[in-house]
Amino acid sequence: MTTMAERTHTTSGAPEPASGIQTLSFGKAINEGLRAAMRRDDKVMLMGEDIGPLGGVFRVTDGLQAEFGEQRVVDTPLAESGIVGTAIGLAMRGYRPVCEIQFDGFVFPAFNQITTQLSKIHNRTRGAVQMPVVIRIPYGGGIGGVEHHGESPESLFAHTAGLRVVSPSTPQDAYTMIQEAIASPDPVLYFEPKSRYWGKGAVDLGAPVGTDTLNAAHVVRQGTDVTFVAYGPSVATALKAADALAEEGRSAEVLDLRAISPLDTAAIVASVRKTGRCVVIHEAPVFFGAGAEIAARVTEECFYALEAPVLRVGGFHTPYPVAKHEHEYLPSVDRVLDAVDRAFAH
Amino acid sequence: MTTTNGSNEAIPTLQLLDPQGNRVTTRGSKGYRDRAAALTTEDLRGMYRDMVLTRRFDDEATSLQRQGELALFAPARGQEAAQVGSAYALRPQDYVFPSYREHGVLHVRGLDPVDRLRFFRGSDHGGWNPTEHNTSVYTIVIGAHTLHATGYAMGVQRDNTPLDKHDGTAVITYFGDGATSQGDVNEAMVYAAVNDAPVVFFLQNNQWAISEPTTRQTKTPLYKRGEAFGLPSLRVDGNDVLAVYAATQEALERARTGQGPSFIEAFTYRMGAHTTSDDPTRYRTSEQEELWRGRDPIDRLGALLRAEGALDDDFEAEIKAEGDELGAELRDGVRALDGGPAVSSMFDDVYATPHGTVAAERAWYEAYDAGDPPAPQYATADSAQGGAR
Repeated sequence: MTTMAERTHTTSGAPEPASGIQTLSFGKAINEGLRAAMRRDDKVMLMGEDIGPLGGVFRVTDGLQAEFGEQRVVDTPLAESGIVGTAIGLAMRGYRPVCEIQFDGFVFPAFNQITTQLSKIHNRTRGAVQMPVVIRIPYGGGIGGVEHHGESPESLFAHTAGLRVVSPSTPQDAYTMIQEAIASPDPVLYFEPKSRYWGKGAVDLGAPVGTDTLNAAHVVRQGTDVTFVAYGPSVATALKAADALAEEGRSAEVLDLRAISPLDTAAIVASVRKTGRCVVIHEAPVFFGAGAEIAARVTEECFYALEAPVLRVGGFHTPYPVAKHEHEYLPSVDRVLDAVDRAFAH
Repeated sequence: MTTTNGSNEAIPTLQLLDPQGNRVTTRGSKGYRDRAAALTTEDLRGMYRDMVLTRRFDDEATSLQRQGELALFAPARGQEAAQVGSAYALRPQDYVFPSYREHGVLHVRGLDPVDRLRFFRGSDHGGWNPTEHNTSVYTIVIGAHTLHATGYAMGVQRDNTPLDKHDGTAVITYFGDGATSQGDVNEAMVYAAVNDAPVVFFLQNNQWAISEPTTRQTKTPLYKRGEAFGLPSLRVDGNDVLAVYAATQEALERARTGQGPSFIEAFTYRMGAHTTSDDPTRYRTSEQEELWRGRDPIDRLGALLRAEGALDDDFEAEIKAEGDELGAELRDGVRALDGGPAVSSMFDDVYATPHGTVAAERAWYEAYDAGDPPAPQYATADSAQGGAR
């Protein structure tokens, strides 16, 4: 164990802060976002399994322990309830812990701490104690993983009041959203679409850090005939489906939710009132998934503007399938187009 | 002293005061006797007073529950020495993570007695501001708070680096024999041990987890759980306030001086029911209860004080009067809570920053409650809030 001699790290020998617009992979964008947040506030610390010298199994924390030391980038025991439970205590002491859960399927040992403790302490203390804790969870399928390595459990957390649940879809959002999540005084579940970790995009490292990305959906492609509502990994699928649809002469609008708690209902309603059709796309099972909530709200608010029922494309009510079958389980361009056909058949 | 744990195995247990109130000397207890000897007569009288008032609080709260003023109450009867003794070893800057039966600890920490009953009345999920007394609110999910204590201690450790800058803050967490079976308690000891976190694990082994005896939780004396994680661990007679005080002070000192976590098993007895909803006659014998009535922690300290000339009828009368005052304060205070805060306060403090869904549902509820035609529940109200922001 190294000494805790320097709480405020010195930057001598550390890499220069990145700046300007760079082309970064999704994973590297999160890494840069974490670095920026840690440089800004020495109460920000990272906790997780294998996040130190290894840099995490996806290398998202690569180089951060070298820069910030073992007291701020903590390799924890292999116990997820302990990661989140001790993060709660650290937050009570004034720290801003960012926890890494190694894979989606491993969050469940921490489910109790997240849903009965983390989500409620601010409420239980009538606002006296805030819980600025971020829980990063690589999620979703498509990478050929073994059991428990391809799941999408976000709805379970969106169903719990007190938590914010977000998922970026682009490197730029990944970079900005991780910083906004860390700055939030509320607990944030930050779902990282692992199939997108290696995809690259332009990232403005000087982009302002506010609160927008935790609250506001945004239209990533304008359209007139149907609205695709997507988040995280399904945004790319929606965009590809929109391209295919354009070849058929139909125009899809693509809405990237960024967050499912809160849900930017106003943005969804505005788009669907314009297009009259709505297809929700996510990797999580359709049954009791985020799409069910969205469909109910759209039906309530856009009833007279709808040309067709709201349709959903997503996972089945089965255990996440073996890797050899996962591409049939995940929402594909084909299945999205099938849903569009059904919407237009009305 | 040795006691048994449901088996014939003798378990070494620190005792400085026997059940008759005599100071006892055993091999290896010198350091603890010295710590107890440093307590002045006034300290001991204070402990006695606080133990009696803790029991009075119990009795008053139980009565209030019977009268329908509280939804539930979990009495601490029998555990006054474990709670008051350990709390006396704390400093104001130390942070306490209680379970839900630590009324004696809360009393010594100076929490308002009515605030301590808001939770049980059903008018608050907590009842006090943790930052005002460095005392977290009660945690109902068994053992979950031991991880919070460990994390808090890891924060203290980071704040107080290097150690010579240490402000002497230590952390203590209270839990019961049932909790030792929880994964979180075991994870907490793992995290505390590998981090050398300044936290004391204070187990009140009151021998009953609702209806389950300790034999349903363990094959081994529970202090050995601490040892197994590499924590200095000690079993004390939990009805001996001097032993509890001395052991807790030693453990806190280790935490304050960078020597990491410790584990104390205070072996005691839950003289009352688990809660006002429980019926102990279904699972334990009156003989056992009778046996432990003979080991009452308050009688024990009272006997010592009387023998040492520090407790007379006047002081007893003074404490009785103070108890009557406490009782009146509780009865009036709890009734004055009435129905608690306005119903719409359920929407307060769900998040620290605005959340569109909560804002929309609050707006809908308030319109509904006012008798206005219910507004659309979702998007329109969201839009009125400027989207989901």
